Amino acid sequence: MNRDPYTPHGQARDEHEADMAAGHVHRQAVDPQRYAHIPGWGVDRDKHDRPAVPMERTPPRLDDIHWDRPPQQVSDVEVLHSTERSGLTPVYGTTAPPRGLSGALRRLGFRYSENDLRRWLILLFADRVDVVEGLAGDVARGHVPRIYAEMGGRAELRHNPAGAVRKAVTVAAVAGAAYWLWQRRRDRDS
Amino acid sequence: MIAMEYRGPYRVRTVQKPTPAIEHPHDAIVQVVRSCICGSDLHLYHGLVPDTRVGSTFGHEFVGQVVDVGSEVRSLRVGDRVLVPFNIFCGTCFFCQRELFSNCHATNPEATAVGGIYGYSHTTGGYDGGQAQFVRVPMADVGPTKIPDDLHVEDAVLLTDALPTGYQAAEMGDIREGDTVVVFGAGPVGLFAAKSAWLMGAGRVIVVDHVHYRLAFAARLAQCETLNFLEVKDMAEQIKRMTDGLGADVCIDCVGAEADGSFLQRLTGVRLKLQAGAATVLHWAVNSVRKGGRLSIVGVYGPTFNAFPIGNALNKGLTLRMNQASVKRHLPRLIEHIRAGHLRPRDIITHRMPLEEVSDAYHLFSSKLDGCVKAVLIPPGADALGWPDRSAA
Repeated sequence: MNRDPYTPHGQARDEHEADMAAGHVHRQAVDPQRYAHIPGWGVDRDKHDRPAVPMERTPPRLDDIHWDRPPQQVSDVEVLHSTERSGLTPVYGTTAPPRGLSGALRRLGFRYSENDLRRWLILLFADRVDVVEGLAGDVARGHVPRIYAEMGGRAELRHNPAGAVRKAVTVAAVAGAAYWLWQRRRDRDS
Repeated sequence: MIAMEYRGPYRVRTVQKPTPAIEHPHDAIVQVVRSCICGSDLHLYHGLVPDTRVGSTFGHEFVGQVVDVGSEVRSLRVGDRVLVPFNIFCGTCFFCQRELFSNCHATNPEATAVGGIYGYSHTTGGYDGGQAQFVRVPMADVGPTKIPDDLHVEDAVLLTDALPTGYQAAEMGDIREGDTVVVFGAGPVGLFAAKSAWLMGAGRVIVVDHVHYRLAFAARLAQCETLNFLEVKDMAEQIKRMTDGLGADVCIDCVGAEADGSFLQRLTGVRLKLQAGAATVLHWAVNSVRKGGRLSIVGVYGPTFNAFPIGNALNKGLTLRMNQASVKRHLPRLIEHIRAGHLRPRDIITHRMPLEEVSDAYHLFSSKLDGCVKAVLIPPGADALGWPDRSAA
């Protein structure tokens, strides 16, 4: 018996497979009874029941609007704004203003538009510099950061002890290898 | 007050911070009762979102009690219990006038492509978030919604982002009766997208992921088929084999920038940052959806660019729709669904932890330990407010 599912011309012998290959697929009508076990199946079939259809809807369904435009927020905090708008928005956040070297980088990044890759790469670099500045700031304030705890080390030990051991062994091995290479170089130089 | 504080990639802690004050006449100050960690918070936690500053407080899913209001706030009073949509929006700009609240133009000076969001870097406005005891809530007459007495506090907190985002993801897929819907990602938003697809009359719902416990959770909670991509040779082939050779009618991306499944995409998108995240799911979705099908994207990507097969999308005549959810639009309908028993959002919560354990909570969620699907943080003093824990709904 020929078990090859395809003819020598590459056509599927199975009729259903052949139909699928040719795109001759007919879907059966939906039987709601099949979905009786699913709470609420089909209750939002009618698109009028879907709250964000159509995508744009005017006027907006908002109560309690009693202003034409929000008043301008006033603050002494330095807030950077995109070059793609002419100034600050009426409302904005005032947390974590730019500071130090990372802040200078952020000011530089904000000279470029959102359309310019340099803006985003500079900001990502500033984020990394900010992390180093944050560590230095901690130490300067006399606070030694508990980095392992900040990384959720307690949860790792409790719920993934094997992973914690694996990471500890990897870190120890890398540190040991680095120390060994450093010692060897020092011995050779002396 | 105690607040979560970002210190660098994979490093967060709680610190003492000044309690926020009214900075604008339309502000309110809310004492947080419950706050979630969202999957998109992990992009911040992993250092992938530009302009994420050390010292920031994350958290855009929270509910709480109003403790102060600005001079222009008329619809809220001290003592009101509110759920706060993650979008900060003004209600009157060009986009808000079209109910595109997530695209508000008046609340984020740092960028024009995205509106204001609580605790989501300075790229979304530089606001502190709700993983804290107190939070500043701008434009308090339009954003916050009073929590009905019959709504469970944990259902309310999931109405601030995860559930409306999942629902809008299904909505943007323009699901028609009998459609086959593939949802990529079995996290909270993917689960809610799958549940919402059923509400819209989907004929089949298939959830794709690679984390075993999450797939099992999805099968149980959303009563859907599941597919582990580690067990699949090729995603497009597999989906077509499951759908009469044509492909799915609708594909939904609920994963975003940190997708697993492709070494090259991970290397270029996550490790080297040569693109704005791994575009693995976009690639799979374009190639797995049928010709003329719909692709809905709510997974979050960075602001630069991604490598994905736009040529195939063109040749297949696909409709691509995407946006951050405009939460406020969805609340009345979703509350109806909760009351009717169609949805019980709190079923996805697996971890309830004190805010002080925020480092552990982020690590559990990020590393998918201890069966974590959704973690809720409880700030100190929240339970002293005496909110009812249970409700009729």
